[in-house]
Amino acid sequence: MNTEPLDQKPATASSQTSASTSAPHSVRVATGDEHPVTSPLSVHDMTVAYHRKPVLWDVDFDAPAGSLIGMIGPNGAGKSTLLKAALDLIPKASGRVMVYGKPYRQQRHLVGYVPQRESVDWDFPVNALDVVAMGLYRRIGWCRLVSRRHKQDAMDALEQVGMADFAKRQISQLSGGQQQRVFLARALVQDASLYLMDEPFAGVDASTEIAIVNILQKLREAGKTVLVVHHDLHTVRDYFDYVILLNMRIVAHGPTDEVFTPENLKKTYGGRLTLLDRAAHAMARQGET
Amino acid sequence: MSRSRIYFFTLLIIFFSCPASVTMASGLSSIRDTSMSLPSWDMLMRVFLLKDYNTRVVMFGTMSLGLAAGVIGTMMLLRKRALMGDALSHATLPGIGLAFIIMIQFGGSGKYLPGLLLGASVSGAIGLGCIMAIRHWTRLKEDAAMGIVLSVFFGLGIAILGIIQKMQTGQASGLQSFIYGKTAAMLAQDAKIIALVALLIVAICSLMFKELKLLCFDATFAQSQGWPIFFLDAIIMALIIIVTVIGLQAVGLILMIALLVIPPAAARFWTEKLLPMILIAAGIGAASGFAGAAFSALLPRLPAGAIIVVVASVIFALSLLFGTARGVVHRLIDHTKLSRKVAQQNLLRALFERSEGSRSLSEQNLSANASAASTSFKRLLLARSWSPRKLRRTIRHAISRQLVRARQYNHFSLTSNGLAEARRVVRNHRLWELYLINHADIAPSHVDRGADELEHILGPSMVDELLELLAVKHPELAMPPSPHVINSRSAAARAERHRSKTGSAKRT
Amino acid sequence: MDWTTLDTWIVITGVLSAMSCALIGNFLVLRKMSMMGDAISHAVLPGLAVAFLISGSRGSITMFVGAAIAGLLTALFTQWIHKFGKVEESAAMGVTFTALFAIGLILIVRGADSIDLDPGCVLYGAIELVPLDMVTFLGFTCPQAVWILGCVLLINILFTLLLYKELRLTCFDPALATTLGINANVMHYVTMTLVAITTVASFESVGSILVIAMLIVPAAAAHLLTNRYGLMLALSMIFAATSAALGHISAITVPTWFGFADTSTAGMIAVVAGLLFSLVMLFAPHQGILSKIWHQLRLSLRIASEDILGKLYRLEEATSDQPTYTQAVAIPANKWINRLARMDLSRTRKITREQNAYRLTEQGRNVARQLVRSHRLWESYVAKHFDLNVDHLHDSAERTEHYITQTMQQEMIEELRHVQTDPHGKKIPNQQSDEANSNKKGRKA
Repeated sequence: MNTEPLDQKPATASSQTSASTSAPHSVRVATGDEHPVTSPLSVHDMTVAYHRKPVLWDVDFDAPAGSLIGMIGPNGAGKSTLLKAALDLIPKASGRVMVYGKPYRQQRHLVGYVPQRESVDWDFPVNALDVVAMGLYRRIGWCRLVSRRHKQDAMDALEQVGMADFAKRQISQLSGGQQQRVFLARALVQDASLYLMDEPFAGVDASTEIAIVNILQKLREAGKTVLVVHHDLHTVRDYFDYVILLNMRIVAHGPTDEVFTPENLKKTYGGRLTLLDRAAHAMARQGET
Repeated sequence: MSRSRIYFFTLLIIFFSCPASVTMASGLSSIRDTSMSLPSWDMLMRVFLLKDYNTRVVMFGTMSLGLAAGVIGTMMLLRKRALMGDALSHATLPGIGLAFIIMIQFGGSGKYLPGLLLGASVSGAIGLGCIMAIRHWTRLKEDAAMGIVLSVFFGLGIAILGIIQKMQTGQASGLQSFIYGKTAAMLAQDAKIIALVALLIVAICSLMFKELKLLCFDATFAQSQGWPIFFLDAIIMALIIIVTVIGLQAVGLILMIALLVIPPAAARFWTEKLLPMILIAAGIGAASGFAGAAFSALLPRLPAGAIIVVVASVIFALSLLFGTARGVVHRLIDHTKLSRKVAQQNLLRALFERSEGSRSLSEQNLSANASAASTSFKRLLLARSWSPRKLRRTIRHAISRQLVRARQYNHFSLTSNGLAEARRVVRNHRLWELYLINHADIAPSHVDRGADELEHILGPSMVDELLELLAVKHPELAMPPSPHVINSRSAAARAERHRSKTGSAKRT
Repeated sequence: MDWTTLDTWIVITGVLSAMSCALIGNFLVLRKMSMMGDAISHAVLPGLAVAFLISGSRGSITMFVGAAIAGLLTALFTQWIHKFGKVEESAAMGVTFTALFAIGLILIVRGADSIDLDPGCVLYGAIELVPLDMVTFLGFTCPQAVWILGCVLLINILFTLLLYKELRLTCFDPALATTLGINANVMHYVTMTLVAITTVASFESVGSILVIAMLIVPAAAAHLLTNRYGLMLALSMIFAATSAALGHISAITVPTWFGFADTSTAGMIAVVAGLLFSLVMLFAPHQGILSKIWHQLRLSLRIASEDILGKLYRLEEATSDQPTYTQAVAIPANKWINRLARMDLSRTRKITREQNAYRLTEQGRNVARQLVRSHRLWESYVAKHFDLNVDHLHDSAERTEHYITQTMQQEMIEELRHVQTDPHGKKIPNQQSDEANSNKKGRKA
């Protein structure tokens, strides 16, 4: 069973990371053809459809390196869908996604993903340390055991999120905020350069929220790029230096000060464009039956 | 050497000790009693000391089966595919029938076990394929897809068995046993096959333990990490089909699902960790196999498969009730303990606040006041919305723990122990109240209720955190005064509500 | 094939039992609880056995009571284990029904000496023996099973008719039903009891295991055929009756084709139901696989044709005002779908061919104009609302243009304040051709 040596070179990965993150920002490119290798995540004309019904239209942006990016939009705007499509978890109808200039498949070791907390069964019989160690499984490889060194790495990650005391706790005994911190630690332990987080602030208490934000800021200081799906409009200005406003399409994206304006918010939250909905419907109907 | 590896070696040692015990106990095969009378002491001893060759073979087979099913069943249960095993086991029947017919046509023995097992595996795999096809191509959900495949395949199997029965080869009789199992007919060779397959399953599960754990816990994350989740799922399914197929003979295809589901579900009540859960499930499976085989040796006319399942269900019921991790009784006791603790703390607080009065007092005064002053039962009753019976019980309990002492008739006061405890409780309560007012935007008049619920479970670390949080605004936190007036009006109002609810007693 | 009155009775029994099962099975399928039917049909075994040991006869009222209790207990135990033990529901179901089934099996085997109840008979039925047990009631002689099944079918039909809309509501939205005063829980347990009773009534004819085939398969097939609730109920019953009749016929004919004797009717009923289901799955008008593939093909063809038309139109636009023949190179013929599209366009006279070159006909030009209009309107629309570069607009429009209707065009025109050119500066064609427009104007003038 000991076949493929997956993820052979974590060392080179990190060196590549530092090289790429130190490069200057590139906010937007003029034409679709030259993709800057420096952007941690470039999404090009991506359309995603569920059962042929487009839920995301022509999403196109380059995430600036070394920034904390908030993705904001109403329910059903396709925020989680965007992350999942970028991670190849759901198929794209068109478009492509580049991570540091290469397809995601080749760059998995550079990306840390924090799924929504509700996406798993927290009654599962594992403890917090086990969950964090899962972030290392890929590096450990097929059929190998989790060594003491890996456990130490996981423990360090728990320490970072302030959960070291709870390492041996079964995960169902943790509060919502603590569960979220465990998920965050699982992403941290991967030592990625780009983090994609799906609603890390959903249903967490105030102190956890502050703790998570501190961690995110530390990540940014270390030159990492963090893309966060976010709900709470009040905190956007405080947390993020770059925002993407999304409602089935990108309404606006750019530095928070420029883009996070009442006018843009109104466009984002002021209901969908009816024609998009109708075109999506027509596509779904004619494609299905 | 990591701990999990040790666990696996233990499992392997247990596994290999089964055949060892079989070979160690020597003895010739003996005639089994076929009457239905209760077994004699001799019989009991013979069965349980494994003196009987047949019994040994059967026990070895059923125990290996139970063990293997427990291991892979845990994965299946945690992957939330518990009923998939049911559908798959039913889907094996046509394969068995067809394999039988083909082997007869080619002049062989229709009951050559590897051949039958091959047929069963192929047909189980086709059934799985059909379930996936129905789910993918139609709007029917998984439950309907499983129901359709299960019943149609089983029907096909019955139809093929119907043909076989009329083939007049004189061999058909044994095939029926695949439906409800015929443990007693197990041969040494069959038992060896079962043991080999069980070994394979244990080996694969221990090699891929980490991968399977990740798949079951968080498939999305696994996929984002590039693990081939389809392949991993396929491994689980393949192992389920294999264990089902080897189990057909022992417990029959209908009851095979029980061995896959019941031991893991029972094991979950005893532990919060995956590895112990697998080991316990394997143990329960093996124990059921052992007991089932023993009973069927003692009472040979009973269907052993059914007995194995009944034993497993009894273990399940016991686990459900008494499991140390999630058992009902355990949780009930926890719950009772907590509510008793809450009542206790409420009593202490009520006594403390009575003695404290509405003015804030200096430390010494307070202590003297608290231990000296006594409060009547009636007043205590008014302090909270508790029933007289509950209050009396709580007081009795507090007296027995020497926190409260009874004064004159129906008057109570705090002991010195009780005072210390009460101070701690009241402090927690008020800290929490302050926290709620300052940080959760709750009006002071509403705060008492929220504090009531949470103060009881504040740990020392949380108290420290609270102190830190509140220190800026309230430097006097040694014993903060109550942020709201402990007025008898609100207590009276609460009592009023309680009274109108219970419709008893008169006004003070 | 020798058809006798025995066969007639067998078919009647099968049809009755299949219809009663199918009717009640609809609610299982709609409420996504198909496996509950499986569980109950296994779990009635101990109820049957106990009732049998008490009364000592088949078909008695005791047996129905026993089965109903066993069915209810299955539903209740499943709920309790799920709720109190915090075990996942399907696992709870698995634990409950296997345990009950095992107990039932032991009871039957233990009691087999004293009573006439063979486990095989219970599990996969003995429909062949049904006509041997004739009773006369009200001067009408027929097998006892027919009487029983008739009554059960009647009960099920009455249940369905009386609670027609309540059942529909609970299937569709249990929470809403509860707020409207229909207790979805009670409905659930009543349905489960009926499933149990139907199972018992059918166990003699198709066996308790194969009841699940009749519960689920017809309802599932009907669900693929229609979206209408009433029609689904009716279709499932027709489907069930057909499978029962065909099942018996094939049981006595099909094996003889391969040189075997006849086989179990119960098994063949399930097989025929399965075959019919796969036919439905393939050929159903909207939900069928073939229909889906066919629509897919039609859509691809339309898109390919429209792409050709659009391409020709743009070439015409670029070269001159006068329509000319365009080289075949312009139409990529490398893919079969494009070749097919070209053939289709020639056939419907939207393009004409001269040697290797193609030209739009007037009719084709009209279609193409609409398409290009949609395309450029969409580009303008996207440019207005999306945060996209101009050079990213084309792909989006290329995908969407095929789905834009007249009314959507109109809305875009209005929203975009009657733009004349798209973001690339190209002219957005009008509804009609320019000549037609000028003609109209001329006439007006």
